Amino acid sequence: MTTPTPTTRGSATALRRVVLYATLLALALIFLMPLVWMVITSLKTYTAAQQIPPSWLPNPLAGYGYEQILNNSANPVLRWFLNSMLAATLHSLLVLVTASMAAYALARLRFRGRGVSFALIVGTLFIPPTSLIIPNFLIVDQLNWIDTLAVVVVPGAASAFGVFFLRQFFLSLPNELEEAATLDGANQWQIFFRVVLPLSKPALATLAVLSFLTNWNDFLWPIFVLFSPDKLTLPPGLGLLQGSYVTDYPVIMAGAVLASLPVLILFVLAQRHIIQGVSRSGLKG
Amino acid sequence: MADVIEVGAARDDAPPPAANAARRGASAGRTGRATPYLFLAPYLVLFGVFGLLPIVLGIWLSVHQWDFQLPNRPFIGLDNYKDLFSSDSAIYGDWWESVRATAIFTVLSVPLLVVVPLGLALLLNRSFPGRTFFRAIYFAPYVLGVAVIGLLWRFLLDANLGLVNRLAGAVGLPADTPWVTNMPWAWISLVGVTVWWTSGFNAVIYLAGLQDISPELYEAARMDGANAWQRFRNVTLPGLRPVLLFVITTTVLASANMFGQSFLITQGAPGTETRTVVWFIVEEGLRDNDAGRAAAMSIVFALMLAVVSIANFRLFRYKED
Repeated sequence: MTTPTPTTRGSATALRRVVLYATLLALALIFLMPLVWMVITSLKTYTAAQQIPPSWLPNPLAGYGYEQILNNSANPVLRWFLNSMLAATLHSLLVLVTASMAAYALARLRFRGRGVSFALIVGTLFIPPTSLIIPNFLIVDQLNWIDTLAVVVVPGAASAFGVFFLRQFFLSLPNELEEAATLDGANQWQIFFRVVLPLSKPALATLAVLSFLTNWNDFLWPIFVLFSPDKLTLPPGLGLLQGSYVTDYPVIMAGAVLASLPVLILFVLAQRHIIQGVSRSGLKG
Repeated sequence: MADVIEVGAARDDAPPPAANAARRGASAGRTGRATPYLFLAPYLVLFGVFGLLPIVLGIWLSVHQWDFQLPNRPFIGLDNYKDLFSSDSAIYGDWWESVRATAIFTVLSVPLLVVVPLGLALLLNRSFPGRTFFRAIYFAPYVLGVAVIGLLWRFLLDANLGLVNRLAGAVGLPADTPWVTNMPWAWISLVGVTVWWTSGFNAVIYLAGLQDISPELYEAARMDGANAWQRFRNVTLPGLRPVLLFVITTTVLASANMFGQSFLITQGAPGTETRTVVWFIVEEGLRDNDAGRAAAMSIVFALMLAVVSIANFRLFRYKED
């Protein structure tokens, strides 16, 4: 007979495994259940959603919520979806172009005023953006940008985060390749476009995804600078939808599903980039 | 450029290396001099107009009586500030109620948002099949915007039709809790939703910090006979200190800037008890057209946050010694 020790230890590890996975699954349920409920409710009829207590499954399975959303002239949800898509894409491109160029100058080029510019840019990281909303409102008002696409694309790109994030990344790149390119007679623009940017694809992808998410989800700014129903992005649009449908939850949840799908898909595809971006932003602190 | 160098190299009287380098410097100067500023220009324009100008404009607004609808916007010195601190002004009660709401939310939410994600990170900081999968699931709510989670939880917390009361009823708890309309439930809801929404974010930051702690330290502690708690206390926590400071500072700021959750879930209820500072400022400035007073509030609020952040830093610096 073998000694009992290995078996005991084996079953102890097995038990710990079971406890670990039970905990992990219970937590997963807490994080996912609300999202699953959102989808379930979006597939109910109005009457089914009004039942007390609510039924677990959509019975009958109904396209009611989505039909309401797709043929709705007072709440043009599809239009909001397109506006959001366009705004977030353009915003993300604008951040990539402006932040990468500025970050390159701050990381690699020597010039008068570099220290001051960097200090000013980093300094604003400590100012809560919400405290600039009122003056920024007056500025976009002066520019006649209220209720236009530009108002949700451009001002947010002044954030210091992208510059800071890319500068850290550029500083971590080895100098040798740039030196070699200089010896080959490349100028700064060629080095930037042909050497530095191709080497920085992972960081650029991370920044692009994070900027897209931030813009797609922004709520506080657009509810005060967009007014016309056909100009809204999804977050303020959802607020309007809640206002007109109150407790007609299948419709409201269908809108929420539509607003969640692109970012959830983006998250599944770019999970590595998003999580790396977040953890790196923590390490710099 | 490549041609120039080849021609230079082919010349009989090829210059010595030093001169060559000097010439390269000069040619870099030719494309150069202005080059760094050209790289910086596009961002600096944005930064100047939407990053720096609003700071100056905010200060300027705060000393004026600035009504969008009035043609005259006279200089009034510090009157906007005085109004915030004198109990006989029209705005005093509402302003301090919003400060109180923000303070309550921050004090209740920050400890949970620091501790719960740490627990999640410790759970995920070991190797087991499915680790990446669970990490992704815990993080998932964070990628949704406040508009979505606000609408979703307004529904889940609905006293009659909501899932939360349905589940409570199923396990024998009261099934009619007024989650979004009465105290203390409104605060419990707002804090709970925020913990559900953003814990994954802090957990990912902790995880990165945990992975930076050398396994040798744990090994050494184990050899010294330290149990799990002692290892946590003497290896994990000290190793996490910088990350912990970052998490606490950013979480305090995030909680203090809370807006969407109470705007959408409790809609300020009961009464205006859950109307936060950010909400009150934008309402005052943009709905009630008093940009000057709103700007003064923004500045006072930013200063309050600065004081809290500095206190936070101090506290942690001391602990480090």
